[in-house]
Amino acid sequence: LALTTLPGGARAQGLEPNRWEEITSYNNYYEFGTGKEDPKAYADALTTKPWTVTMAGMVDRPGDYAFEDIMAKMTVEERIYRFRCVEAWSMVVPWNGFELADLLDLAGVQSGAKYVAFETAYRPDEMRGVAYPVLDWPYVEGLRLDEAMHPLTIMATGIYGRDIPNQNGAPLRLVVPWKYGFKSIKSVVRITLTDTEPPTSWNKANAREYGFYSNVNPEVDHPRWSQATERPIGGGFFAKRESTLMFNGYADEVASLYAGMDLSKFF
Amino acid sequence: MRDRINTALRRIPAWVIYVMAPLPVVWLVWQGFIGGLGVEPIRALEHELGEIGLQLLLAGLCVTPLRRYLGLNLLKFRRALGLVAFFYITLHLLVWLVLDVQIPAQIWADIVKRPYITVGMLAFVLMVPLALTSNNASVRRLGARWRRLHWLTYPVAVLGALHFVLLAKGFQIEPLIYLTLALLLVALRGRALWPWPVKPRGRAQAS
Repeated sequence: LALTTLPGGARAQGLEPNRWEEITSYNNYYEFGTGKEDPKAYADALTTKPWTVTMAGMVDRPGDYAFEDIMAKMTVEERIYRFRCVEAWSMVVPWNGFELADLLDLAGVQSGAKYVAFETAYRPDEMRGVAYPVLDWPYVEGLRLDEAMHPLTIMATGIYGRDIPNQNGAPLRLVVPWKYGFKSIKSVVRITLTDTEPPTSWNKANAREYGFYSNVNPEVDHPRWSQATERPIGGGFFAKRESTLMFNGYADEVASLYAGMDLSKFF
Repeated sequence: MRDRINTALRRIPAWVIYVMAPLPVVWLVWQGFIGGLGVEPIRALEHELGEIGLQLLLAGLCVTPLRRYLGLNLLKFRRALGLVAFFYITLHLLVWLVLDVQIPAQIWADIVKRPYITVGMLAFVLMVPLALTSNNASVRRLGARWRRLHWLTYPVAVLGALHFVLLAKGFQIEPLIYLTLALLLVALRGRALWPWPVKPRGRAQAS
């Protein structure tokens, strides 16, 4: 089902991907500095081989999964997704990756699990930015299990058919296209299935501004700026703002996940 | 050493600052067009102009402490520093209005609704009378009131730094350094220049 409807759907929207240069030189990856160019300048220091992902919590087969072993079992495909940052800029990225659901199936999700918690690598020797308490390191994120199992949710391992660069979250990072970019946690080392809502980094830093859900929503402003419009990257000095779409344009696919919820309360 | 620096400074006319001031702007805009400001040049230019403006404001406030504590005489450059700071802050505001926000209806909403923009706008509005009276004729005409008016430079610098602190995401050091510096300069000098007389305390008791 996913294969036939989703990637094609993304292409049918006529999305024009950003250039490689744009996608890989304008990044938020605070472990390497808070400047947009810092990740490209400093993320080379991150060792991504070998890489293991620890699957823990309410799974049938907990343990350390080597990146190569994961890749041998996954089906990698291209997904051209809109990417909307909470800072009100956006890109279109041609990711290569596999569905998170397939990775979770590898570990075997137990019936009581309700949430998925993610953790980014924490390497003070390789990440110059973690010397500063910008956030409470390591970076952590979370999804409700149904969000995690949704066919639009992927673990990306490449861009434009090439290995994903370190500044974009090598060797594998989450991509949840209907949520603000910070939910799509980079360089994942740990995935834990739980029955309680896991803590998330930006929510811990400022709960008034960043909720657990953080779905793209033009009607719910960030307390410090409007979320009604976004500036697509790549237009230079005269880039026109565009209207932000509900669920970043993926409402048809995901709105049902939040039926009956007050999205201004669960932001 | 100090005398040698002061002698060298005396040889530099203040107009040098006015001539040099627009050069970084030209360079930044040029860089923006050729990709030197990265793939999002609007935000980059906006931030650069704002940060340079804040640095110039703080530099202007350093003139008196530098003379008092280190004996360096930069007094003749102070007006130029202030006016060039105003020039940069004005460009910063224009980039925000024209290139960044774009939507006129949203501009007023942002000013009223977003604290960091309210604070930044307030700082800019307070700078306008200072810029308009930064000339010899105004100094003569206003007399003692000129000094009182220009005390506003202190709140302007603090508000400018606060504007930077309020827009940062997460706990970031750089804007806090500017705010600390601004508050330090106020502590050093701002109180002494407080333009309104302080009521003596405990008077009733004494009589």
